[in-house]
Amino acid sequence: MRDLRLSLRASSGRSDPARLLFFALCFGFLALFLLLPLLVTFVEAFSRGVGVYLDSLADPDARSAIRLTLLVAAIAVPLNVVIGIAAAWLVARFEFRGRQLLVSLIDLPFSVSPVIAGLVYILLFGAQGYFGPWLKAHDIEIVFALPGIVLATLFVTFPFVARELIPHMQALGGSEEEAALMLGASGWRTFLHVSLPNVKWSLLYGVLLCNARAMGEFGAVSVVSGRIRGVTATLPLQVEILYNEYNTAAAFAVASLLAMLALLTLVLKSILEWRFADSIAAARGH
Amino acid sequence: MSLAIPFKPKPSILPGFGLSLGITLTGLSLIVLIPLAALLLRAASADPNEILELVTSARTLAALRLSFGAAFLAALLNAVFGLMIAWLLVRHEFPGKRLVDAAIDLPFALPTAVAGVALAAIYAPNGWIGGLVAPLGVKIAYTPAGVFIAMVFVGMPFVIRTVQPVLAEAETDVEEAAALLGASRMRIVFTVILPGVMPALLTGFVLAFARAIGEYGSVIFIAGNVPMVSEILPLLIVIRLEQFDYAGAAVIATLMLVVAFVLIAAINALQGWTRHRLGDA
Amino acid sequence: MSVTVTVEQVTKSFGAYPALRGVSLAVQPGELVALLGPSGSGKTTLLRLIAGLETIEHGRVLFNDTDSRRLSLRERRIGFVFQHYALFKHMSVAKNVAFGLRARPRAERPSRPEIAARVAELLELVQLPGLADRFPSQLSGGQRQRVALARALAIEPRVLLLDEPFGALDAQVRKDLRHWLRALHDRLGHATLFVTHDQEEALELADRVAILNDGRIEQVGTPDEVYDMPASAFVCEFLGVTNRLPVEVADGAALFNGTAVLGLPDRSLSGPAALYIRPQHLGIVAPDGAGLSGMVAALRRNGPARHAEIAVAGLGKTLDVDLSNQALPAMGERVGLRVARGAVFPAPRDAAATAGTWPAEKA
Repeated sequence: MRDLRLSLRASSGRSDPARLLFFALCFGFLALFLLLPLLVTFVEAFSRGVGVYLDSLADPDARSAIRLTLLVAAIAVPLNVVIGIAAAWLVARFEFRGRQLLVSLIDLPFSVSPVIAGLVYILLFGAQGYFGPWLKAHDIEIVFALPGIVLATLFVTFPFVARELIPHMQALGGSEEEAALMLGASGWRTFLHVSLPNVKWSLLYGVLLCNARAMGEFGAVSVVSGRIRGVTATLPLQVEILYNEYNTAAAFAVASLLAMLALLTLVLKSILEWRFADSIAAARGH
Repeated sequence: MSLAIPFKPKPSILPGFGLSLGITLTGLSLIVLIPLAALLLRAASADPNEILELVTSARTLAALRLSFGAAFLAALLNAVFGLMIAWLLVRHEFPGKRLVDAAIDLPFALPTAVAGVALAAIYAPNGWIGGLVAPLGVKIAYTPAGVFIAMVFVGMPFVIRTVQPVLAEAETDVEEAAALLGASRMRIVFTVILPGVMPALLTGFVLAFARAIGEYGSVIFIAGNVPMVSEILPLLIVIRLEQFDYAGAAVIATLMLVVAFVLIAAINALQGWTRHRLGDA
Repeated sequence: MSVTVTVEQVTKSFGAYPALRGVSLAVQPGELVALLGPSGSGKTTLLRLIAGLETIEHGRVLFNDTDSRRLSLRERRIGFVFQHYALFKHMSVAKNVAFGLRARPRAERPSRPEIAARVAELLELVQLPGLADRFPSQLSGGQRQRVALARALAIEPRVLLLDEPFGALDAQVRKDLRHWLRALHDRLGHATLFVTHDQEEALELADRVAILNDGRIEQVGTPDEVYDMPASAFVCEFLGVTNRLPVEVADGAALFNGTAVLGLPDRSLSGPAALYIRPQHLGIVAPDGAGLSGMVAALRRNGPARHAEIAVAGLGKTLDVDLSNQALPAMGERVGLRVARGAVFPAPRDAAATAGTWPAEKA
């Protein structure tokens, strides 16, 4: 068997032109679509020197965008964690009619365009939306303000946490929880001391992906935010604003921050996948 | 629990059914279901003549053709290269393989606006690649080709990530058996390997396709958004909204959702058929 | 401080599938009872119902005189050992064992040193001192089993329930643990119930064996009782009685092809029936005049014992004869068979249609 495998490999030796072509195509494609965009981002960001780069990031609008982005993620991610854990507990620990439908509905936001995710909140809370006049009369701002941005972010990140937890909790089964209850533990104690520690790495994995999307979301947020400089512009929107003003270096400086966030996410994600492969049920990207 | 009657579970001693159901349904309804219902309601309450006019207008049809056509072609290219790269990652050893494997998810992790400006900078007439081909009279950015490239970027990881585990699981025995029977390498690829990964390949294709249809951020910068030429459907929604034409935006959004769901359902049916024919691979 | 567990006419179904169809059983303090049956017979369901992990549909479970439904899981004080142990993966052995004590309400909770002392004592009891800081993934199957038991014992249970306690272990470990568990049980004096599908394990270990089939208890008795006096055709088959002979019962005798093969003390039986005979209860005799006769079709060695397969005329299959205490016949020799003991059960009504097969075989 081993010999045969070797011979198969040998038959496609290093000098084999078909093999070389295969490698060239694969690496060419990867370089074109992975390496080049990343490279361009950083080269353009520093194209006018480190000074301009740092100035661009120190700009009040840029700092306001950083603050807003962090704030939105700080609200949306914890909410998603609570909902995601509840949904996973529900789906993975109980059998009830409508369970499969519920899983499909939780996944639904993945198949909806981000622009539509923003649009739906305009239709509800915009000036001419269903609740628009009432909100205006009570002086409540949702659209073109923080609540709208948070809602749109929640929509696009809705499935992330539940999606990682459900398969993992299903694979674990409920016998450890049953054992805890038999030993006299309360429901909360069982959940906090047994269920949650068991899924902590897949929870972290879900949070990581959820956070990356929350901080980087563009389409949905762009629709609901109104893109008011220094007020409702998140980092991705700030990139657009600067780019459209032909302030390319500043645009790419802000973009490089987001690119670093993406790289950090990939590094942490890979560490989780390598170190805790068996405790992450769905070690696949989204 | 009184609210839970349609969801009445099988009796279980595990606690928290009512609480977790309450949180999940509240979150799902407030964030996803009610807003989407509002979209459908708004689209349904629009004047039928206006709907017809809007849906059949040349500009909408051009955007529809571009969005779905470019997404389809991008998913197709991703299927071909995705299969090859999955093969590379599963069956070959090379230095830096782990790094490459980890980097595959970059399009998922990189915010779309960043991808958008980066791609625009690469393919613009004065950009790194755009500048190379411009003297030949080839324009990529601000044309449908630019839209296609952005869609390839955002859809890239799907096929690789769905095919990779299937290839890794697949026994090499079958391939070896085929080789022993004297099959050529190409023959093995097309008659032994490809049928085995077909369902996963189709799944990846559908995911990449669906993602590309809805994509906005990475497309609009490189697209140039020339009406009738390089305008995608999501952009038409944004334009309608900027004109405060909520009904028009809702109609286009609904059209997009419906066409996308029909296409995805059709491909899923095809996938089911493939799986069935292969005796559930 | 053990209690008597009484199960009264308990039924349970999962959807349309009836898992238990009216089961009654009592387990006394100090008694070790095996629930024996094939998979799907309802034995695990019964154990889980007693534990309170499943809800009872009809009937009741009593702990002494208290209806189980009036007790919370904590109040039941049941030590439950799960089939795959369900150890808390992220906790050390000591933390696992201490879990039940730490989970008590503050007023009843022992102090930290008390808990530590109790854990050490329990680990001593299950012969695992020195493993307190290991994690479950660092233990062998047998060690995990003992930790699971120590954890269950920590809450000073009044009843001990074990679901397939030896199911996941290799043969040698399994044998050792069996003896150890029996000794532990004798020392602690709980009412103990364990589930198994291994008849040898049940007969060797238990004071009494309850044999379940298709949601019903077929027989409860001491190992000797169920082995020597099986109460039903199913029990015969499940306890490995390999020879089944279709017979006609008349006038206190079982007739095969019109010839009496075994006299029956019970004269109330008549009509078509099945006669079950253990291999060691078939004796080889001269062919003439014997009720059963046939040809030696095969001779084989089964561990220490020699067996012969006799192709009986008029029967579509061979009968298995244990030759431990008798002379070896020759291959192809014509021999007669004498039935020393056997159990007769009426054939089901549709026996004519399914001659030669027995519905219980689906188990």
